[in-house]
Amino acid sequence: MSNSGPVGVSTDSPRLGTDAPSPASHTAPRPARRSLGGWLEIAALPLAWVLVIAVFSILKPSTFLTLANFSNIFGSYSVPFILTLSLVLPLTCGDYDLSVASVAAMAAMTTAILNVNHHWAIVPAIVAGLVVAAVLGLINGSIVIFFEVDSLIVTLGTSTVLQGVLLWISGSTTISGLSPSLVQSVIGTKLLGIPLSFYYGLIICVVLWYVLQHTALGKRLLFVGRGRTVAKLSGLRVARLRLGSFMMSALLAGVAGIVYAGITGSADPTSALSFLLPAFAAVFLGATGVIPGRFNAWGSLIAVYFLATGITGLQLAGAASYVQQLFYGGALVLAVTFAQLSRRRETRVEDTAQ
Amino acid sequence: MPVRDDAAALVELRGLSKRFGANWALDGVDLRIDAGEIHGLLGQNGSGKSTLIKVLAGYHAPDAGELRLNGRVVSLPLSARQLKQHRIRFVHQDLALIPSLTVLENFLSGDFGLRRGLAPLRWRRESAAAREVFATYGLDLDPNVLVRDISRLARAQLAIARAVRDLGTADDDGDGGLGLLVLDEPTAFLPRDEADNLFRLMRAVTDRGAGVLFVSHDLEETVDITDRVTVIRDGKLVGTVATQQTTTNDLISMIIGHTLAPRATVPESARPTGDTDVRVSSLSGPLVREASFEIRHGEVLGITGLIGSGFEQIPYMLFGARHATAGELGIGPDRFAIAPMTPRRAMDAGLALIPNDRAVEGSAPSLTIGENVALPTIDRISQWGRISESRLTEYAASLTQELDVRPSDPRLPYAALSGGNQQKVLLAKWLATNPRLLLISEPTQGVDVGAREQIFRLIRGVAAQGCRVLCASSDLDQLAQVCTRVLVFRRGRITDEVSGGSLTKHGLTEVLFRSDAAVAQQS
Repeated sequence: MSNSGPVGVSTDSPRLGTDAPSPASHTAPRPARRSLGGWLEIAALPLAWVLVIAVFSILKPSTFLTLANFSNIFGSYSVPFILTLSLVLPLTCGDYDLSVASVAAMAAMTTAILNVNHHWAIVPAIVAGLVVAAVLGLINGSIVIFFEVDSLIVTLGTSTVLQGVLLWISGSTTISGLSPSLVQSVIGTKLLGIPLSFYYGLIICVVLWYVLQHTALGKRLLFVGRGRTVAKLSGLRVARLRLGSFMMSALLAGVAGIVYAGITGSADPTSALSFLLPAFAAVFLGATGVIPGRFNAWGSLIAVYFLATGITGLQLAGAASYVQQLFYGGALVLAVTFAQLSRRRETRVEDTAQ
Repeated sequence: MPVRDDAAALVELRGLSKRFGANWALDGVDLRIDAGEIHGLLGQNGSGKSTLIKVLAGYHAPDAGELRLNGRVVSLPLSARQLKQHRIRFVHQDLALIPSLTVLENFLSGDFGLRRGLAPLRWRRESAAAREVFATYGLDLDPNVLVRDISRLARAQLAIARAVRDLGTADDDGDGGLGLLVLDEPTAFLPRDEADNLFRLMRAVTDRGAGVLFVSHDLEETVDITDRVTVIRDGKLVGTVATQQTTTNDLISMIIGHTLAPRATVPESARPTGDTDVRVSSLSGPLVREASFEIRHGEVLGITGLIGSGFEQIPYMLFGARHATAGELGIGPDRFAIAPMTPRRAMDAGLALIPNDRAVEGSAPSLTIGENVALPTIDRISQWGRISESRLTEYAASLTQELDVRPSDPRLPYAALSGGNQQKVLLAKWLATNPRLLLISEPTQGVDVGAREQIFRLIRGVAAQGCRVLCASSDLDQLAQVCTRVLVFRRGRITDEVSGGSLTKHGLTEVLFRSDAAVAQQS
């Protein structure tokens, strides 16, 4: 409401006053080119990775700086890599999915039971595993969206239910003896010295980056997460987009599970669960770099392998295995703290503009 | 009724002045409220009413003036302790109730901070005590139900009962006085018969010796309930009159004043051709009853009303953003039922909505200007499904440049813009959809003077190009400048139409403050 006194009525007054820059300076208050600080923010994460590699290369040149070691890192961390990517879509839409690790295990277990116990061919068994994963995503998303429940709580619950189901259908045992062709196509075959499993993750990463960064769909998902009300009022099908992201997330988690089964040649009911926290640590850490402030695919890739390199390096340098937990837990807390700090800076921009 | 003049008033303000920058929000205002009196405070938006209440609440420190409570001068600003000691209580329009808690928990909410943390709460005893207070004031409230399950009237009653439960009773220290209840627009969302119910409650409060300061936009209600009325205008005291000895017309002229009528702004584009190809029939919803109107070719139709009149719901209901129970929208040859409307269908029908809450409903402030402006039309720039950053930037710039958005770089965050430029971005965003009917709610809220004028021109220009515009606003000056015709809502219905020579800020104010009775007489 304007001050309705005589002062407020003088709308003829030509002063384009308090409103941002004066007509003379037609340029943006911040230069269109990025400042040094802006570049640093984008590059901090990749630089940190390079730094970690450099430090351990100097400390342990004979064991760390070898092709075998890097091949091992890229191959064995492809499961957390794909699982991290599976989180990007729901988080972009503003939803948490804590069930991805359980969904991964369900896909692996379904494939293993069908292939080993019921003698299905490996390809139909994998397809069945992925279908199960997608259906689980549909169930998660439906509960969250149609009953308007907090996604964090719902997926915490369904995740626990799935752990029970896993123990039940597997008889609490590891099912081994998966088709060697799966093992061969995941870890047995190498390209440029790196197992194929990494390239599966890389393909997902490229597709995800393209969709989020270069399509209208990506922009819509972003609005669903950042301003659900404005998304609705701008005619977006918010429920459908969220449901789709839950299903896609579960499908990618299913891929992660099957890759894990291929690496170990087996499926067991519990071990995939240990990937959940590393995935969250990496996806939040990834959001601090490359496209700062947004969950993004390349940031996730770099974050996963930054953490993996650090852990492997420390273990080669003689650290005990508990260093993993220190690393992942610490990274998660640091990443969200950074994100909060930069958000606070963004709001400060808003305040001064008013 | 007012007591003898020599008796100390409950509250007496003398020469109260408060300045904001170069503006005097209050300029030498006197106000005296006696024990047992219901005192009305009237004035237009921006007259200084809310500043005065905020001084009483200890929120503003005045620049000059004196406050006496029960005859004694107190230091200003008032502290929370003084307010408590002198039993000055406030019930604001939003009532400050927590819907998910019970009536009893809300009733006691002021107490929890005062008790020792681990002292046991004896719920049965508290419940009985609350029932006793409710009974004293003749209220039918169950302490054990949730506030969200009770009616709007019951909520208002609860908020008042909570504020007044110890007013007018003997005071422990003997120096606290009988107390004052300040009611700030308490009846805004209540139908008239329910408002009467609240008036009985107010009388019960004054019967016990306390005073009531009743702040309302509604002239008729103020005349019905108060003993005396104080009117302020442009921060100055116009006068205090005994309600019995005055008429509604006297009060209207006190509120509006008799300054020279300002220039009647008739927009250049105001040449309605008579085509009525946008027609809303019998639109009804929670706050709106059977609203029907037409928008002619080239017209900017304004809708306005007092708080609670429901006018602000209309654009949202038409767009499917708020629930409507019935109604039909006709655009050209097309007919749309409004009850099943969704934003998506509304957009397909050629509607666009610019909401008043830019930060939540209008934009995602943390995303860029470009992303925000392109959202509804982004498919236009995709090639084989691909959208490059540079194309987005180029497209966004083409949309915002026309409207002179500054700074002009679409890659900056939306939050970095000033209010006026944020609004221009939203205009650009929706004009890009080529709407047939543009709905705008409070188009210049939080917008500075220069940008305000630009936005007015833009809106008129849009209308001149053939897009019908519906503008909902409580800013009468704005309506007078931008609209060709204004409909006035009262309790959910359209009661007046203002156009032509009387479409000025003063003309609108007069209509807004006129009582229902006067409206009935006229028609």
